[in-house]
Amino acid sequence: MARLKELCKNEELFSRGHRACAGCAEALAVRQILLAAQKPVVAVMPTGCLEIFSSIYPESAWQVPMIHTAFETSASTASGVEAAYRFHKKMGRIKENIRFIAFGGDGATYDIGFGALSGAVERRHRFLYVCTDNEAYMNTGIQRSSATPYGAHTTTSPAGTKVPGKRQHRKDIMEIMIAHDIAYAGQTTVALWNDLVTKVQKALAADGPSFLNVLVPCPLGWGYPAETTIEMSRLAADTCFWPVYEFADGKYEINHEPKEKKPVEEFLKPQGRFRHLFKDEKGKEIIAEIQRKTDEKWALLHKKQEAFK
Amino acid sequence: MQNDGCRTPDIGKRGGTMILAKTGNEAMAYAMKQINPDVVAAYPITPSTEIVQIFSNYVNDGLVDTEFVAVESEHSAMSACIGSAASGCRSMTVTASQGLALMHEMLFIAGGLRLPIVVPIASRSLSSPLNIHADHSDSLASRDSGWMQFFCETVEEGYDSLIQAVKMAERTSLPAIVAIDGFILSHCLERIDVFEDKKIQDWLGPYKPNWNLLNLDKPILVGPATLQDYFFEFKRTQIEGMNKALPIVQKVMKEFKQEFGRGYDVLEEYKCEDAEAVILLMGSACGTGRAAVDRMREQGKKVGMVKLRVYRPLPHELLKQSLSKFKHIGVLDRADAVNSYGGPLFTEVTSLLYNVADRPKVLSYVYGLGGKEFAPEHAEKVLEQVLLGKKDELVTYVGVR
Repeated sequence: MARLKELCKNEELFSRGHRACAGCAEALAVRQILLAAQKPVVAVMPTGCLEIFSSIYPESAWQVPMIHTAFETSASTASGVEAAYRFHKKMGRIKENIRFIAFGGDGATYDIGFGALSGAVERRHRFLYVCTDNEAYMNTGIQRSSATPYGAHTTTSPAGTKVPGKRQHRKDIMEIMIAHDIAYAGQTTVALWNDLVTKVQKALAADGPSFLNVLVPCPLGWGYPAETTIEMSRLAADTCFWPVYEFADGKYEINHEPKEKKPVEEFLKPQGRFRHLFKDEKGKEIIAEIQRKTDEKWALLHKKQEAFK
Repeated sequence: MQNDGCRTPDIGKRGGTMILAKTGNEAMAYAMKQINPDVVAAYPITPSTEIVQIFSNYVNDGLVDTEFVAVESEHSAMSACIGSAASGCRSMTVTASQGLALMHEMLFIAGGLRLPIVVPIASRSLSSPLNIHADHSDSLASRDSGWMQFFCETVEEGYDSLIQAVKMAERTSLPAIVAIDGFILSHCLERIDVFEDKKIQDWLGPYKPNWNLLNLDKPILVGPATLQDYFFEFKRTQIEGMNKALPIVQKVMKEFKQEFGRGYDVLEEYKCEDAEAVILLMGSACGTGRAAVDRMREQGKKVGMVKLRVYRPLPHELLKQSLSKFKHIGVLDRADAVNSYGGPLFTEVTSLLYNVADRPKVLSYVYGLGGKEFAPEHAEKVLEQVLLGKKDELVTYVGVR
């Protein structure tokens, strides 16, 4: 558990003045993560929203060393940076214990950079990979990714008259990363700031690769008022649409057990990307399917928590 | 498989050198051992796989200090090299063909970031159809990525060029490809005279990066987004870097020769003194060209050969000076620039010579794609035609059925 009193004394490593949209949860996440990580930390990011809003030359929001190469290369570039660190360390040229954080959106993580991420984790580079997951390719204008939920409207899975939104459920990236024998994996969202901060600290302390999947609602892509970002984030957790849990030392632990599990409808309804589901019978079926899948995953997670106790 | 390459003793008996029999791949791996790069991130691909294998032995036998990253793709190999080079490490990878093609996106990024990454390649065609044999399609397709490119005729030249390329890359802040022809050089045993490890390392000295991501005292942002206001200026300085690279390349060649007693020029003329017709080419086929020139000289024909070693930075003035002496030139390309007005090197040569008064007649030939045999007879046939100074078709595809 992090203490707000102490956290607020930490140096801000992601500065104000960047160009993120109002209500951008990715910017919040990156700021919180760096606040939790503290120096010395070196960051890597892919091409995407984060890069565009934080690094347009000659300005930078980064108060720590940062490298960007391409879209699918956050993990592979981090591999090289971390190998260089090990070399310098071995030769006695670096004394400090530097920690490395590679960022990537769901496009960079689940899809185009997936092979690079899998490879880097298999090679046991000591770095934290953070997926800032907003469930679609937002930077290019809201196209589906394999993190986009079932039924969601995106510009490449539009709510059409024949096909109402995305036809597949999202990929379970957490289970895939856990299957890599990862040192630490956690899933959370920005509304639960304390959980996020704690997870960053745990992940960075882990001796090996670690992974965080952070749900970062996107007002533009999801279609909700910018001022309700944190509400969206909280609803995702409270409906268990976005289970908040971690995997460490071979054990699963659910970190956010809502007092009252809300129906997914409460999360879906305020969002433009699910608007079409609230118009007809077909939409009702899709909502029911989202609820069914959510319940199934939630129950399974409890089973895993029990089984590996 | 036991790679005897890594078991070879280093102690020179002949004034600091030692004669060995090595394939091109073994020689490139041996040069890499002597360079002792800080980081190598690589992925195997035919015909350069052995370089990675042999180098892995050097790593696991503790003969180098290198952090070796056995990445999961060539794309990641180049990305990791960019990461490590940006973090103040002398960085290398090894590849060929599809591997270089998969790196394509990252080659431009390495070039744009001005990172002196050095890559030996065993030149190989690009699929489809799939083919594992030599041609220059892979490196020539990467022409505009901002990398220096060196083409080698022999195994020993490959060994020397790779060592030189490290210094050239670091002095110019440009990445470099050193190409040996796949199988023809990569898998053929030749006699090479190697130098002592220590001599190589002393000559290279430690890598002194211009900037270092891991310098915590001076945090930097590498690879920002730039818009209409600055992008062109960045590119302009990069282009200027390549434009100014040639004298640095030549200086390093000279220093190498002074130190080790052998060396090369940017381009080399063979029996060109009174030649009326010459062929211009790159890579292992220069040996074939020499044989053809020798035979035809015996018959009293005034032919010669110009070997181009440095494709980027292209030695504009040197090429112009050399080639404008001749009446007829045949340019032999081991790659095709589909539907271009002649082969890739041909079009560069004709552009270079366009403003030369009494410019020579230049003919375009494409040869040896996918390892197609290019024997002295083929080169002789070309030379015969070049002597005549005319042919019907724009591009002649040598030896195609």
